[in-house]
Amino acid sequence: MKPKFGVIVFPGSCDERDAYHAVDLIEGAEPKFLWHGDRDLKGVDVVVVPGGFSYGDYLRAGAIARFSPVMEAVARFAAEGGLVLGICNGFQVLCEAGLLPGALLPNRSLRFVCRQVDVVVENDRTPFTAACERGELLSVPVKHTTGCYFAPPEILEEIERNEQVLLRYAPGGNPNGSLADIAGVVNPGRNVFGLMPHPEHAVDSFTGSTDGAKIFHSLVEACTAGVG
Amino acid sequence: MKVRVLVRPRDGILDPQGQAVERALPALGYEGVSNVHVGRLIELEVADDGTPAIVARVEEMCERLLANPLIESYEVQPLPDE
Repeated sequence: MKPKFGVIVFPGSCDERDAYHAVDLIEGAEPKFLWHGDRDLKGVDVVVVPGGFSYGDYLRAGAIARFSPVMEAVARFAAEGGLVLGICNGFQVLCEAGLLPGALLPNRSLRFVCRQVDVVVENDRTPFTAACERGELLSVPVKHTTGCYFAPPEILEEIERNEQVLLRYAPGGNPNGSLADIAGVVNPGRNVFGLMPHPEHAVDSFTGSTDGAKIFHSLVEACTAGVG
Repeated sequence: MKVRVLVRPRDGILDPQGQAVERALPALGYEGVSNVHVGRLIELEVADDGTPAIVARVEEMCERLLANPLIESYEVQPLPDE
């Protein structure tokens, strides 16, 4: 059975086609789009919440998208252990929905940042990073205005202790002022992962790096091995 | 009933918008301005069903949608009828 990846399309999403393409490149994986108004997830094995500006980012980035019908289904799917990957705006949506700890604040510089960054893999024992090695550097782009990860001290301490920080910006390369250089965080159940960098934009050497494909390969392996 | 909701960045939370405004004011000649914070003002009209629970209902809206309690505080102000 080919693992099926459902990429959600919200009004205002803009990275869903690259996410679809990133999955499509992997032999043995099948992408499909899910609409924000869908109430069921059409039997997918992995949900991808893509980047963009869902619902215009009105109120706060991700605040309105979390109440869309599809997100109710995603919350149930996640509660049952289903694999969910949130990229950029998708990370913001998952934090707003309470599926991930913390919140994303405006970049410390107040500027939109768009550049290639190096992130360090901090934990390779998850369905999202198993194809990487601990300490490995991944070169992936960031492009956001609201990417400064924040969590209150007690939550920060807890996610560090539980090794929930999967990706950290390389020393000196923090593009947005995130606490503890955090670039990506997983939930305690290790089945919901959000990150600000865009692995789906780093899957073809044409754009300079294929490191992002490792995240998608990890997920395919996890599905094939029967995890999630 | 008209209700005004003030949403502010929580104390101690990074507020780059407030900092940017604070840095911009001296450029216009306004010296001595500090502790600038930028928040959000939301005005609502809530159907009055005669119960005193309107403020509690709006506070619930704040907890669930209007504010993110992790990073923002909120204040609900019922407005007198005009």
